[in-house]
Amino acid sequence: MSDANPFRRFLARPNSDPVKSIGMAAAVAAICALIVSATAVILRPAIEENRLAARSGQMSAMLESVPGIAELLDGGGIETFVVDLATGRISDTDPATFDQNAAATDPERSTALSPAVDLAAISRRENESLVWMVRDGEEIKLLVLPVRGAGYQSTIRAYLALEGDLNTVAAFTVYEQGETPGLGSRVAERDFLSGWTGKQIAEEGDIMIDAAAGASGLHEVEMISGASVTTYGTIDMVHFWLGENGFGPFIENLREGTAWP
Amino acid sequence: MALKQLSDPLIDKNPVAVHILGICSALAVTTSMSTALTMSVALTVVVTLAAGIISAIRVHIPNQIRIILQLTIIATLVIVADQLLQAFAFGMSQRLTVFVSLIATNCIVLGRTEAYAMHNPPVPAMLDAMGNGLGYSLVLMVVAAIRELFGAGTLFGFQVLATQAEGGWFVPLRLMLLAPSAFIILGLLIWALRAWRPWLAEAREFALREAKPEARP
Repeated sequence: MSDANPFRRFLARPNSDPVKSIGMAAAVAAICALIVSATAVILRPAIEENRLAARSGQMSAMLESVPGIAELLDGGGIETFVVDLATGRISDTDPATFDQNAAATDPERSTALSPAVDLAAISRRENESLVWMVRDGEEIKLLVLPVRGAGYQSTIRAYLALEGDLNTVAAFTVYEQGETPGLGSRVAERDFLSGWTGKQIAEEGDIMIDAAAGASGLHEVEMISGASVTTYGTIDMVHFWLGENGFGPFIENLREGTAWP
Repeated sequence: MALKQLSDPLIDKNPVAVHILGICSALAVTTSMSTALTMSVALTVVVTLAAGIISAIRVHIPNQIRIILQLTIIATLVIVADQLLQAFAFGMSQRLTVFVSLIATNCIVLGRTEAYAMHNPPVPAMLDAMGNGLGYSLVLMVVAAIRELFGAGTLFGFQVLATQAEGGWFVPLRLMLLAPSAFIILGLLIWALRAWRPWLAEAREFALREAKPEARP
């Protein structure tokens, strides 16, 4: 009965034996953990590539939907800059290597937000952010800002494209969300997004954009029925990101022509 | 015998329509046939592999911790399936959102491993699990076909009925794309199944009593 192989001896123990119980639990857990980590590591590059492709696809789809931008894209194309949000000026960080998601969680490159100003409920805001511009000579035709904020059960990430007056919404595109399927998830659908086009963000320096059922005014977008928290999430994040803790100073500098160092 | 194990869960022992298991995901992913098909394939693969693995080590699974061991194995398979979808069918995984990861909590999977795979050798266990997976798939595909056809006028994304928005005659039923319609269709489906195979209906647990007319002044 005394088998030399310890593995066989372990398996031969009765199932009611505590050593066997703990041993089996540990063995199954270890093997499963190994499989899960191996899959995650092996597939991560492919998944990351898919994410980026989906994002850039949405970005170019958004740009093409704005009238008059497609011709400009053939000429100079879209330029990428990194903006220092506190000073509101273009920073000298290289946009090609700047990883905004990493910066947002790095304590050295982000700022904690007090609940009073944290309209978007993101708790930390990166010190620098990417922005995209389409320019005709020196004149800005389109400014694309990345915005994000809490929805009902997930973080909603979107691009907000402003026209040359830096106040009219040219397009709004949600590229990542995990809201309730069928209700909040409609935040990423055309019906909701197209309602943003042509709306005015601010009036005389005050951010006025809001959501309402049966939206009619210049500052109103249509509510998603059954998903008011999600709708207000998008409104609040626009308020935050265009406010003084977001891109507010940068937009001010762009107007006065002092955004470049 | 083997064929019967595979074909029984399709109609007579269907996990969704007869045992009423796995309803949550059956409601959520059936707005279009392509999502329903992906979900069906994912669940069938997961339940078959889980049954095979659990059946292979069944004599060494201590009784007190059997559920958590089964769940660990199932959850591992589900994560792998989810990651594979994200890597090779990203658009589809975006449309399915959380429902692939929720296979881990699907009663059909745990039900088959606990009730059958724990007591039977791997090959019959896998056949039984695959049969149940296919039974689930069958219901999903039927519900999805009805919902997509009447909700959007398409099947697998191909326009079948010309909608009014595109100059046709068909007015899409918005209700079909919302969750309640899945309940209604599933309910009608279960009713139809029991009308066709009356022995599937459970015996009544309580007889209704005739209320005595109240004496009123």
